[in-house]
Amino acid sequence: MTKNTFDLKVGLAEMLKGGVIMDVTNTEQAKIAESAGACAVMALERIPSDIREDGGIARMSDPQMIIDIQKNVSIPVMAKCRIGHFAESQILETLEVDFIDESEVLTPADEHNHIWKHDSKIPFVCGARNLGEALRRIGEGAAMIRTKGEAGSGNIVEAVRHMRTIQGEMKRLTILSNEELMAEAKEMGAPFPLVETVAKLGKLPVPNFAAGGIATPADASLMMQLGAESVFVGSGIFKSDDPETRAKAVVKATTHYQDAKKVAEASTGLKSAMKGLDMSEIPEGERLQERGW
Amino acid sequence: MKKIGVLALQGDFEKHHQLLAELGLESISVRTQDCLERVEGLVIPGGESTTLSILMESDNFVSSIQSFGKTYPILGTCAGLIMMAKSVLDQRINPLGLLDIQVNRNAYGRQIQSSTELIQMHWKDTIHAIPATMIRAPKIEKVGDDVKILAEWNGAPVAVMEGHHIGINFHPELNKVSLFHEILFQPKSQNFHKAIQEKNVS
Repeated sequence: MTKNTFDLKVGLAEMLKGGVIMDVTNTEQAKIAESAGACAVMALERIPSDIREDGGIARMSDPQMIIDIQKNVSIPVMAKCRIGHFAESQILETLEVDFIDESEVLTPADEHNHIWKHDSKIPFVCGARNLGEALRRIGEGAAMIRTKGEAGSGNIVEAVRHMRTIQGEMKRLTILSNEELMAEAKEMGAPFPLVETVAKLGKLPVPNFAAGGIATPADASLMMQLGAESVFVGSGIFKSDDPETRAKAVVKATTHYQDAKKVAEASTGLKSAMKGLDMSEIPEGERLQERGW
Repeated sequence: MKKIGVLALQGDFEKHHQLLAELGLESISVRTQDCLERVEGLVIPGGESTTLSILMESDNFVSSIQSFGKTYPILGTCAGLIMMAKSVLDQRINPLGLLDIQVNRNAYGRQIQSSTELIQMHWKDTIHAIPATMIRAPKIEKVGDDVKILAEWNGAPVAVMEGHHIGINFHPELNKVSLFHEILFQPKSQNFHKAIQEKNVS
């Protein structure tokens, strides 16, 4: 019998494909997410747009809140810890959350090191803006990658930039010779064996999801068409005027992302989306995507 | 050539496509009921059964899969097994009732309890040793008289067959175990990809 292996961690990530993972801050929201068809929920104290507004230090959630959500939904429950804060991830492991997000949405605890995720029994997901960053996180043990996008912005532009960057860099690796791959590994600061793997597969060795700015069914369809295998929706649902209907609409658009007619149906008659921020409204020092490396 | 459909509403449908391709079978993703007219077999993959149940209901998929199943074989893995059951101990799920079994979702625990076990599968006087990867797996609590148990683990059935349908609580597609796909979709071959098998056992 084997347990907690990397393959089993990636196995759960495989099961989450083609779905929507929703940020929730309490049991009531978690139940709404589940009955709308979310394939998992991310339990956190404040959604990213509120973290951005409130300022201060954002930390791991109170375990009680995570336990309450676990008791009330049957789908996988994920939770966030700060970048480099392995004591927080150890706590989340004792709570037996199904996935840990070492997330730039929370205030980083270590500016130099990310968590060594191979040591955990729980699978990890990490954000990335480019292929080098994605492969460094996989090297540390991440079983799933998501684009960072710009969390809490309601603006899809950064998620698109990150997904296009990663996809483009992967395509490029598939046509390089071995000596060029080594040079490329040096250039992007990525472990060579993983660079070789991507060159062979043309894709990441773990599922690649989209996050950070998805607010509408069309946003979900866009990210899926750009190569995301699932989407995370943070502030986009519970910061909108009718979370329940919007949640269902995003789920439908994610499944039927290639069917514009169905995405149109899902987009029809929704109340206002979250207001959102233009990137020029977010000073560079306050961009969450800059956290971590 | 015979085409097999893989229900692609949510879950690990990609891994089933890969396995079917390795068997030389053509497969298409089934997201709407009209796709069922183009296939002669269906895989319902793992994923989240609440999600699958909601997406099936909203598209009136339930009755079309039920009538498809009268003629063609259906293979369900994990969440797919839950969807194929007659009874699920969870009101959130509206199952298809293709297998006379009662299923309890996530009965083996959360992700931290997920495991890969070596199990024995009985098929036509041969015992096949295969790896079984159970991820937040459902448990088959009861089976009806017409249901054949193909494999057991820890005192409970983990693979069952009724008529031309098979339900499994684990993920053969993650370990490249192809015999279930072969039994249903390539009934004449019966080679069970011996090379892959032996590799898995060793």
